[in-house]
Amino acid sequence: MSANTGSELKIVGFLCNWCSYGGADTAGVGRFQQPTDLRIIRVPCSGRIDPLFVLKSLFNGADGVLVSGCHPRDCHYAEGNFYARRRLEVLKRFLPILGIDERRFEYTWVSASEGQKWKTVVQTFTERIHELGPAPKLDQCLMERAQAMAMAV
Amino acid sequence: MSNLDTLKAKIKERLPDLDMVVGWEQGFDPLRATPLFMRTEEDVDRLIWNPLCVHNLATYLPGLKGRKVGVVVKGCDSRSIIELLQEKLINRDDIVVFSMPCEGVVSVRKIQNRIGSLDYVESVEADTGTVKVTVDGSSQSFGFPDVAASKCGRCQYHTALLSDEFVGEPNNEKAEDDYSDVTSFEARPQEERLAFWMTEMQRCIQCYACRNACPLCVCRDHCVAQSRDPHWMTQENSTQNKWFFQVIHAMHLAGRCTECGECERACPVGIPLLLLKRKLNKEIEELFDYKAGTLIDSTPPLQAFKVEEDNINERGW
Repeated sequence: MSANTGSELKIVGFLCNWCSYGGADTAGVGRFQQPTDLRIIRVPCSGRIDPLFVLKSLFNGADGVLVSGCHPRDCHYAEGNFYARRRLEVLKRFLPILGIDERRFEYTWVSASEGQKWKTVVQTFTERIHELGPAPKLDQCLMERAQAMAMAV
Repeated sequence: MSNLDTLKAKIKERLPDLDMVVGWEQGFDPLRATPLFMRTEEDVDRLIWNPLCVHNLATYLPGLKGRKVGVVVKGCDSRSIIELLQEKLINRDDIVVFSMPCEGVVSVRKIQNRIGSLDYVESVEADTGTVKVTVDGSSQSFGFPDVAASKCGRCQYHTALLSDEFVGEPNNEKAEDDYSDVTSFEARPQEERLAFWMTEMQRCIQCYACRNACPLCVCRDHCVAQSRDPHWMTQENSTQNKWFFQVIHAMHLAGRCTECGECERACPVGIPLLLLKRKLNKEIEELFDYKAGTLIDSTPPLQAFKVEEDNINERGW
């Protein structure tokens, strides 16, 4: 049962169990109004997030991907998000060469008490994705356009 | 005595303590060299060293771990060995590295693009000035830089960074590498970039030669391309799926790739795979001031962290 009204886009969120998922929960308990485009996947730690999770989402039709974990130095496992920070930064810089808009991917840090901040993050990111519109689907249609473009060059 | 003869003598000297030494010999035609596994002194006499020795022989080392192996390397190949040692995928005590100064290797694909068919190569005279290829009765000459592998034009390591037996005068010339290929590709509109990869990857036949030739693709039988758990790749041969494999390959090599260019050389349909890896290396150099395979006791940047990163800002929203 989807509440999809037709204007909704697909945004995948990878949230760490200890901070950001708690933060999203706090936002919910506080009954903050949030856009509903985000689908949240809970992971044990932002260090658990393989950059390929993000890429696979983007390749398979996600319009945006948001990753959020504990603030650096606040990781439940002491150093998981330090590794994540390096990986995610490299990933963000890697996207342009693939022809994927790097604005479709963002990572941030939200703690469990920051319900208000979580709301701002979701709102800002969702607005950004709506400005960008739906991501191009990697299907036969795109293939034909690509071939036409290659012929023209 | 020429450098090659000295090298052969050194290999013969060390051979009794080693299971084998890996080098190159003349392949099935005058243009192609092929890897040579030297076990006896007679084998050593077949060794060659010239601009046709394109293969990175470090690729064989992880598979031969635990055995005493010698290997002949060019400057760029030595970086792969350093990276493998860094990650403890091979033991320093088990390998003996032989090397000579390298002046560059040819790209068979570039020669093929100029000549057309390379089915009946009769003779090749290649040195660092010109390359003369005779095919089917007609011969053509090219300037070496025109048909040299792209990596040779920006080579910073003519001399191996790690070697036990080095023959010849070290050449410390360093060419500039400004990643202009990456920046010029990125200057194209985003739509065009996406279209570029879609059309390139459509040609992929999923032979995985890129993976097999890569010295740092060390998962062997556990590659995610074949694995059902985790199930990264589907069974379908869609362009999207094939492209995703290349993205996996690039991500797995982030901060480890030494840009030997084997993936691109081995690709039978000529997809410019090195571009993805060079992009990652460019970013990693900017972020962490790190070049894979140059320092033996450093840690690859994605396997380490700093509490305060120098070049990453803590994104506040």
